[in-house]
Amino acid sequence: MDRPLILAAFIFALLLALPLLLPLFGAAYLTGLIIKAMLLAIAAISLDLLIGHGGMVSLGHAAFVGVGAYAAAIGLESGIEDILVLLLITLAVTGLVALVTGTLALRTSGVYLLMITLAFGQMIYFTLTSLAAYGGDDGLTLWNLATLFGSDVVQNGAGLYYVVLGTLLMVWWFVHRLSRARFGRVLRAARDNPQRAEVMGFAVKRYQLAAYVIAALIAGVSGLLTVQYAEFVSPALATWQRSGDLIVVVVLGGLASRNGAILGAFFIVIVEEVLGSFLHEWRLIYGPLLVLMVLFAKGGLSDLFAPRGTRRSAH
Amino acid sequence: MLEIQNLNKSFGALAVSQDISIEIGAGQCHALIGPNGAGKTTLIHQISGVLQADSGAVLLDGQDITRLSVWQRVQAGLGRTFQLTSVLPSFSVLENMAIAAQAKRGSSMRFFRAAAQERALNTIAHATAERVGLSARTDVLASDLSHGELRLLELGIALAAKPKFLLLDEPMAGLGRTESAALITLLADLRGSLPMLLVEHDMDAIFQLADSVSVLVDGKVIARGTPDAVRAAPGARAAYLGEGAA
Repeated sequence: MDRPLILAAFIFALLLALPLLLPLFGAAYLTGLIIKAMLLAIAAISLDLLIGHGGMVSLGHAAFVGVGAYAAAIGLESGIEDILVLLLITLAVTGLVALVTGTLALRTSGVYLLMITLAFGQMIYFTLTSLAAYGGDDGLTLWNLATLFGSDVVQNGAGLYYVVLGTLLMVWWFVHRLSRARFGRVLRAARDNPQRAEVMGFAVKRYQLAAYVIAALIAGVSGLLTVQYAEFVSPALATWQRSGDLIVVVVLGGLASRNGAILGAFFIVIVEEVLGSFLHEWRLIYGPLLVLMVLFAKGGLSDLFAPRGTRRSAH
Repeated sequence: MLEIQNLNKSFGALAVSQDISIEIGAGQCHALIGPNGAGKTTLIHQISGVLQADSGAVLLDGQDITRLSVWQRVQAGLGRTFQLTSVLPSFSVLENMAIAAQAKRGSSMRFFRAAAQERALNTIAHATAERVGLSARTDVLASDLSHGELRLLELGIALAAKPKFLLLDEPMAGLGRTESAALITLLADLRGSLPMLLVEHDMDAIFQLADSVSVLVDGKVIARGTPDAVRAAPGARAAYLGEGAA
C-alpha cells in the first residue's frame, strides 16, 4: 500500500471510532463539529478535482453547495422526504446548472476562468436571495428533515454522522479511482499542456466540462447533507467568500490530494472553533497562520506525511 | 498519404498561402523548405487544424479533413511534432506515450480502471520507447529530460498514436551533430512505413531523408522536385542558402 492509502485508512478509522471515543472524554458535543468538517471536506475534495487535477481554479464552487442545499430544501418544503429521492433531485438540479455554466465558463482559462466562475457564483447567490418563498436573504429553517425509507435515523446523532462519513468515504474513493483512470489522466494532461493534449487527439474541453459537472454534483451532495445537519438553509452557503474558503482548504491541504482536502477542512474548522472561542477577532490570528502554513508547508498538510525526498515542497 | 489541394489563406491583404498543392504518397518523405516568413508555419497550421484554410482541401488517406478540428485530425490519423518541444512535463516518459496511445484506443471517459495498469497501452508505450531510443528512461519525468531526449519523446508521442501520416516541424531544432545524425537514421527507418512531411532547415537531413522537396517563398511553391533538381533550380537557391545568397 502506498502512503496516501495508509494515511486515508488511518483518517477513516479515526473518524469511524470518534463517535464512540468522544463520549469517553465527555466531548460528545464535538460530534457536530466533526460533521461540519466532513461536509467541508466533501466539497473541498470536489474542488480539488478541478484545481489539483484539472488546473481549473473556480471561485464559484460554493454556489453548487448552495444549489444542492436549496434543491433539497425546496424538495423538503414540497413534501418530499425520502433522502434518496432528494438526492436525485439535488443531483439533477446541480448537474443542470453546472452543465450550463460550465459550458460557458470553460471557454476561458486561468484568471478569466476565475472571474467568470465568480460571476456565475454571484448570479446563483443573488438568485437564492431572491427566493422570497424560501426565506430570501434570511434563509429558511426546516421543520421537516429527510428520512431514509420512512425512518428518521438519518436526521441527527450517530445516524447522520455515519451517513456523512459514508458519503465522504465514497467521494474519496470515487475521486481516487477517477484520478487514476483514463479520465483523470486526460484531465492531468490538459492541466500540464492543453495544446499537447489536443494534439494527442483529446477533445480537451469535453473532459474539463465533465470534471466540472462531476465536481458540482459532489458539492451539491455536500449541500444536501448540510441542510440535514444544520436544519437550515440560507444563501450564505453560496457566497464567494465560501468559495474562497474552499480554495484555502484545498491549497492548505495540498493540491491533488484527497487526504489533504480532509486535513485542510479539519484544520480550518478546528482553528476557527478554537480561536473563535476565546477571541472575537480570531481572523487576526487566522490570517498570519495561513501565511505561515503556505510559506512553510508548500506541498500542503498532506505533504507532511509524505516520505522525505518525495515531498513536493522539496522541489 | 496526404494530399494538399489548392490551399489558400490570407490575413487581410497578406496572402500567406497561395494555391499550394502538395501530394505525398505512401512511403514518401517530402521536405518543405523556405526562408523565414515564407508561410511554412501557416501551412503546417492549416494541415494540423490550428488554422482553417480560406479555400482548398486537405485529404488524409482520401478522407477530407479540411474542416476537422485539431483533435479530430489526430483521431483521423495525423501525427505531428512541434518545433518547440511540447510534452506533458509532469508525466513520465512512458506515460507520455501511453496516453498518446490511449487517445486512439477506445473512449477515455472511463472513470474506474487504473490507466497505468492497462497492459495494451503500456505495451505500445514500451515498444515506442524502444523505437525512439528512450527505453532506459521510461520512468523519468519528462521535465527531467535533456533537450535531445525531449526531441525523441516528442517523436515518440506522435508514433505511439500509430499515425497514418507524420508532420515533422523542424525535428532537428536545437540538436547537436551526433543527436541529429541519430534522429536522421531513426526517421530514415520510419520513412518506408510512414509517409511524412518534413519542415526543416538542416540540409543534411533533407538530403538524406527527402524523396522530393517543395520550396516555399512568399506563400507560393516556386520550385519542386528531387533535392538535387531543386538545388539546381533558379530562385530556389535563395531559399536553400538563406536570404541574400541569391
